[in-house]
Amino acid sequence: MNIAYSTELICFLILSAVIVSGSLAVVLLENIVYSAFLLGGVFMAVAGLYLLLNASFVAAAQILVYVGAVNVLILFAIMLVNNREKLKPIEGLKTRKLISGGVCTGLLILLLRVSIITKWNIPGPTSIGEEATERIGEHLFTDYLLPFEVASILLLMAMIGAIVLARREVSIPTDYINDLKTKKSLDDKKIPLLSGNSLK
Amino acid sequence: MNSGIDLEMSFTQGVQNLGLSHELAHLLWIPLPMLLVLVSAVIGVLVTVWLERKISAAAQQRIGPEYAGALGILQPMADGLKLLVKEDIIPARADNVLFTVGPILVLVPVILSWLIVPFGQNLLISNVGIGIFLWIALSSIQPIGLLMSGYSSNNKYSLLGGLRAAAQSISYEIPLALAVLAIVMMSNSLSTVDIVEQQNTAGFLSWNIWRQPVGFIIFWICALAECERLPFDLPEAEEELVAGYQTEYAGMKFALFYLAGYINLVLSALLVSVLYLGGWGFPISIDWFSSLIGLSIDNPLVQIFAASLGIVMTILKAYLLVFLAILLRWTTPRVRIDQLLDLGWKFLLPISLVNLLVTASLKLAFPMTFGG
Repeated sequence: MNIAYSTELICFLILSAVIVSGSLAVVLLENIVYSAFLLGGVFMAVAGLYLLLNASFVAAAQILVYVGAVNVLILFAIMLVNNREKLKPIEGLKTRKLISGGVCTGLLILLLRVSIITKWNIPGPTSIGEEATERIGEHLFTDYLLPFEVASILLLMAMIGAIVLARREVSIPTDYINDLKTKKSLDDKKIPLLSGNSLK
Repeated sequence: MNSGIDLEMSFTQGVQNLGLSHELAHLLWIPLPMLLVLVSAVIGVLVTVWLERKISAAAQQRIGPEYAGALGILQPMADGLKLLVKEDIIPARADNVLFTVGPILVLVPVILSWLIVPFGQNLLISNVGIGIFLWIALSSIQPIGLLMSGYSSNNKYSLLGGLRAAAQSISYEIPLALAVLAIVMMSNSLSTVDIVEQQNTAGFLSWNIWRQPVGFIIFWICALAECERLPFDLPEAEEELVAGYQTEYAGMKFALFYLAGYINLVLSALLVSVLYLGGWGFPISIDWFSSLIGLSIDNPLVQIFAASLGIVMTILKAYLLVFLAILLRWTTPRVRIDQLLDLGWKFLLPISLVNLLVTASLKLAFPMTFGG
């Protein structure tokens, strides 16, 4: 066992511990802000796993997309809504938790079974390392062109949908505003202080 | 220029001669360049802080610091020392853990990005293949730290500042990445070393700034916005938000933000010089120079001369840009938040997309000059 191998093993163990405990904490913690920050940590640990597999481009893309964009947007959404408000107690929360816990354990057992009975090809194919960027580009523009384009159309649709939703929120009808003016206090009407449009 | 002096080789050889294994010698080598770069980054910050104080004083017709050392050159050290011994205050109703982790998350990615800054042919910590992409990815972690410290301070100003910082950082990252992409397309590589190499074929005429003038301006604007320098320092706009996400911070935690800001500024200036101003390249080609005095390029003397010239050139170019940034800070007014976001999304983004497309078509039309 040489130094390089043992370093890799130690890194792998630490990263997997972070991923497993982190994702459990994301699901189980009561404070939604902690969950969101921990999610970022889990994404980063996954990027670390990619690095261990010599896929540095994928690791950087993982950080850029998941940590830099997805997680920041999640945090944004959480911080814009008032989280001091106590949530109403939901009926039958315990049974719901039990059922979802059962479903998750079932899924876990299924995946474990698959990973144990599959005959993995060990050691796997050697990584291409630095060449990966070119190889990914080549595949995206030749044999994976169609899935790539379909994915981008999907994203475009999501974006247009988001714009349509955000627009509708802003255009408050004039009689609604007049309604508000006649009211004594504005407190019971919920006006979005920071609508989606003010953050575009 | 690949052969010649190899410090790593001679170091590992020397340690192996002391009776250690090759791997152990390598392990001993790894922290050395990192330490060197960390120290030079901090020194770079001290110099920048001093410059900022002196230039702002000159811009406002004051004298600025003058008692600490000659021309007040030790003033930044005194500032740092003061922050070091100040009491570390955590507000009573703040979130302890997030309050502490926030500044660290802001500082660490910035320092990690120094991994890819080349000061010479082999004078960088690691010539990773994804090079400049690593910097873009790492700089996208920063907004999380800002949001974290803004949220955990339990202060309206802090939260607003954190949200603004994150919004600004997301919106300026896209034109920044597109400007970098145009450069990458011309040099056919993400590696910072290759990008500089490709610019040093014909002295200063082959610098990217001549082929990418629009990209240069976009990159510089976005870099200033990412550093939260004055035309774009909305997250900490003093008149509106006290100090933004830094409001509740004191002592060393505040110093971390301060340090991160200035390290980021120096880093951005270095990257502009690497991407657009030929990095370590001297305006006149070194090959031509060495043939003039009749020495081979692999001669140790020429190598040492070329390496020190490279370091001096990189730092000189970077500090010229830092000077420009400081002048901008003390002479321009701040933009409004809606102007800032409009500039990012409605102006810089389309322009950088057009720039990318034009670069691609020029590359197809003139493969000789645009790196086919």
